[in-house]
Amino acid sequence: MAAPKFEVPSLTGFIEVPKIKENASAHVKSFPASAEIQERIGFPGPLVEDWHDKAIAKMGDLLGKYRSLQVFMDACVHCGACTDKCHYFLGTADPKNMPVARQELMRSVYRRHFTFAGKYFPSLVGAKDLTEDILQEWYSYYYQCSECRRCSVYCPYGIDTAEVTMAGREILDTVGIGQKYTNEIMGKLHRIGNNLGLPGPALEDTLQGLEEDIFDATGVPVKMPLDAEGADILLITPSADFFSEPHVESLIGYAKVFHAAGVKWTLSTTASEAGNFGLFIGSYDNIRKAAMRIRDAALELGVKRVVVGECGHAWRVAYSFWNTLTGVGHGGNDPFARQLQQQLDPNYPAPQHICEFTYALIQEGKLKFDKSLNDHRVVTFHDSCNVARGSRMGDMPGGQFIIPREVIKAVVNNFQDMAEETIGEATFCCGGGGGILTDDLMEIRVKGALPRMEAFNNVVKENKVNFLALICAICKAQFTKVVPYYGFDMSMVGGVHQLVSTAILLDVPEGSEQETETEESEA
Amino acid sequence: MGFEINGKTYETDEEGYLVNLAEWDEEAAKFLAIEEKVEMTDQHWEVINFLREYYNDYQIAPAVRVLTKAIGKKLGPEKGNSKYLYELFPYGPAKQACKIAGLPKPTGCI
Repeated sequence: MAAPKFEVPSLTGFIEVPKIKENASAHVKSFPASAEIQERIGFPGPLVEDWHDKAIAKMGDLLGKYRSLQVFMDACVHCGACTDKCHYFLGTADPKNMPVARQELMRSVYRRHFTFAGKYFPSLVGAKDLTEDILQEWYSYYYQCSECRRCSVYCPYGIDTAEVTMAGREILDTVGIGQKYTNEIMGKLHRIGNNLGLPGPALEDTLQGLEEDIFDATGVPVKMPLDAEGADILLITPSADFFSEPHVESLIGYAKVFHAAGVKWTLSTTASEAGNFGLFIGSYDNIRKAAMRIRDAALELGVKRVVVGECGHAWRVAYSFWNTLTGVGHGGNDPFARQLQQQLDPNYPAPQHICEFTYALIQEGKLKFDKSLNDHRVVTFHDSCNVARGSRMGDMPGGQFIIPREVIKAVVNNFQDMAEETIGEATFCCGGGGGILTDDLMEIRVKGALPRMEAFNNVVKENKVNFLALICAICKAQFTKVVPYYGFDMSMVGGVHQLVSTAILLDVPEGSEQETETEESEA
Repeated sequence: MGFEINGKTYETDEEGYLVNLAEWDEEAAKFLAIEEKVEMTDQHWEVINFLREYYNDYQIAPAVRVLTKAIGKKLGPEKGNSKYLYELFPYGPAKQACKIAGLPKPTGCI
């Protein structure tokens, strides 16, 4: 994988609005999905013969199904408030990456086919016929949007670009143009149970190895139970937590917290993925099918609580959509949904974020920490877009911003936020969200990270920050790969529960040698 | 897409990964390593061979922790860490080493 064939932006200390460069990133296209990949998730491929009529029919279908989309198509007045809010525009200078222009790709076709003026006087209202070229343009630019919704925060009408992007991608999938990265992973999740394609025996082997590692490092027999019936808590976490650095450090952190809390918890082989890429492509059927795996596992294992690990979009799906996708909100006459509802413990939020879980224990004084163990770190926190703008945490407004920071502050002595206009609900995307986290989109991943890197660089320079704390697997993978382009070391990137893991104090049980003899003999 | 060595052809996907795992041999690994600008040493082969063994057993590449531990046992504890693996495979042990080992590209949020 050769050196970049693009210019890496240089850091200036300011987030500047660039001078427009027409078509600067028109050439950026990710690999298309093969027919086989498309078929596995219920779409055709390659481009179907009657693509034009099918695409327009699908657009009509979506406009009817989602009133929001109809409003978004009609409401925009081209005020331009969104133009400089997108990290991909700021990084690439391509005017089609201004959110208003990205939406206009669909809006111009919408006007042609669904408005009176567009049907009869297309040139007067900038209405366009749908052509193959336009479809290809959609494919380029709808996959240069990470559905982070930052632009929506600044839109006076609240137009949600992410939803327009999702609709664009769904129409593309319907006529046979899918993205390899997202759709291949979606198929793997349906077939194997997680995005990686990690089968049960490999997961078991990996978890056993991690238990040994923790024991070797701490002398405490922290367990990572798998498919443990009768457990109270089911942990749903991104499969990257099992596989990659630094993700795995957070998994170790969750296990230590569960251990210290003395709760019975489990992972599941069949629901070994929090991520749900169905959201990225706006495919209701795929989102629901993926969410059902989790409901089925929760029922099968008889758990009372479902806790979600560090994954941004998974938390949005869990917090905002699980109830209507698979729970009682989904219809009422569904015996499984009612059974699950009865089974869940009403004393706890369902679902609960791992940060909420740890935060509650901290408040109850149930966890002991030695903050000085993190003294080699000066930490800042990056709000993940789907958590920041697509969900909440806890029982207070803004809990999704407060709780992760409170957890960090309980375990480190040195914390420094980045500039206010780049955090909280104004947070900049890592540049890899929403189905962009693929090597073939490295150019826009690097350029899209620019605003976040500017803000990060400033706290590195001014406050000696050396650790970027995250609660999303995509953010972790994206930054690990991208920070070196901006002169930082990848070891500066990690998880919030990695920090928890470093500082938490666990009781070494008396006679622990006896209890753990078998593990030692295997190690 | 693909490449040819001594009359034998190897089919690859858009990203240069072998399509058919059974086609892999040492010649293919050497070719893929050159493409990746990785100079193969005995240490590299240890990693590649372990990846292939693990894949045979589990139908997936090993997690980074599993890999670092195995390499630590074979090559000494000071080499059982991801920093060392990144020295061997600068683009990341998971993706780059898998490519040379003829395994499918690991996917997901990694």
